[in-house]
This record gives sequence, structure tokens and C-alpha cells, in this order.
Amino acid sequence: MTIQELIRQDQFEIINEGSDLSREITEPFCCDLLSVAMGNAPAGCAWCTVMANMNTLAVASLTEAGCVILCMGASADDNMKMKAASEGITLLRTDRGIFETALGIYRNLHEKDQL
Amino acid sequence: MENKIHFQYLIDGDDFTRAGEASSDIKSKLKMMNINPDAVRRVAIAMYEGEINMIIHADGGTIDVDVYPDKLTMVLKDTGPGIPDIDKAMEEGYSTAPDNIVSLGFGAGMGLPNMKRASDEMEISSVVGQGTTVTMTVLF
Repeated sequence: MTIQELIRQDQFEIINEGSDLSREITEPFCCDLLSVAMGNAPAGCAWCTVMANMNTLAVASLTEAGCVILCMGASADDNMKMKAASEGITLLRTDRGIFETALGIYRNLHEKDQL
Repeated sequence: MENKIHFQYLIDGDDFTRAGEASSDIKSKLKMMNINPDAVRRVAIAMYEGEINMIIHADGGTIDVDVYPDKLTMVLKDTGPGIPDIDKAMEEGYSTAPDNIVSLGFGAGMGLPNMKRASDEMEISSVVGQGTTVTMTVLF
């Protein structure tokens, strides 16, 4: 599943579309501690978190996460929006919980595998 | 003559939101040099954690990077409070970060362990009251 395909599902509010929509999502990743994410976020992951700040995007960029999904109603402030735009990072948000969001992505990835 | 390229970064201790600028910069430079992507990612992770540490604990510092054909070394130097017990600081989960940093998602006690894991060699020398120098090598 590409980032474009994820966005097309209409399950997320798009804060910033990002610059590489054809990128494949490798797996969902759930973590709110940025240092833990820094050491463990897989490249290409869909990172589900409630931690909405500039540093989240710095970690996403350095670990080459595929996209960041702010869950449980977490929202981005203007600085975060501007940074996502300038770095070309796909930034989405949802009111759903982290587990539910990640599970949805996991199912999508595995349905795709079975095709 | 040694075949290397040198970069120096000054880390501003006041601005937490700018953490990551040095590591982003070195990451894009290494990519342009066609260094293998895994090594680039490890350099970026190690340097970012170092930047965060310098900002949280030491009011900034300097990072000197030397890129060789087969490896990269970085020396992160600050004049902060120093680390009284380096073994303790290396333990996963041990943190002395203040609450305002924890509320931003850091301070999980993973910084130095992440740096060690991301690099091939790491040395820390620290004198309490004078500062800390961390030297890391990443092989390409």
C-alpha cells in the first residue's frame, strides 16, 4: 500500500500531503516516546502517535518514516504544519485511537499481500 | 594527506525546536556522496540524539564530522555539567531530563543507548563541571 492509497481511503484528515506519495508503507508503528521511536521506527512505517510537535517530524524525517498519523484527536500547531510542508512529510490525523489506527493499516497491508 | 572531508556544526542550546538541523544537514550531504543508506540513517540517528543531549543538558556545543572513504567520525563536544556516572547514563531508561523535556516526548533514557547502537564505536569522556566529549564512528 502506498501513501497515496492510504490517503485515498478517506479515513484521515490530511494536514500535509507530503512529497512522496508513491512510497510504499512497510508497517504500522506505534510509539509516543521520541527517543524510543528514534531507535526503533522502521523506515517507511506509518507512525501512529499522540505526540504532536516539531520534534516528532524531525524524528520521522531522520528515521525515514513513511508518514506520521496523529491519533486520538491530537492536532498539529502552525509550526508543525509549516515544518511538515517544508520537509515534504505526509502528516495525517484522526480521532481514532492508536491501536485501532495501526490495526486498520496492518489489515490493509496484509490484504494487499494476499492479492 | 588524509583523504577526508570536514564539517563543523554549532548547536544552539536555547532552541529545542531546531534540534535536528545538523543531523538533517549531514544526512543530505552523505546521501549526495552516495554513502550506503543504512550508514546514513545510523549517522543521522546518532547525531540527532547527540544534538538533543547537548540542548537538554549542556546548553549546546559543537559537532565536528570527518567523512573518510570508508567511515565517518563525529566528535560532539560541550562545556556542560558533565556526566558523574557514565555507566549509569548508558543504562536504558535512566534519565536526568527535566519534566518539560519529558512532556515533549524525550527523556526516556534512550539517548546514549541509541547512540551506541547506531554507531560502530563510541567513546565518552566527561569531567563533572567541565563538560562532555562523545566520539562516535560509523563504518560505511
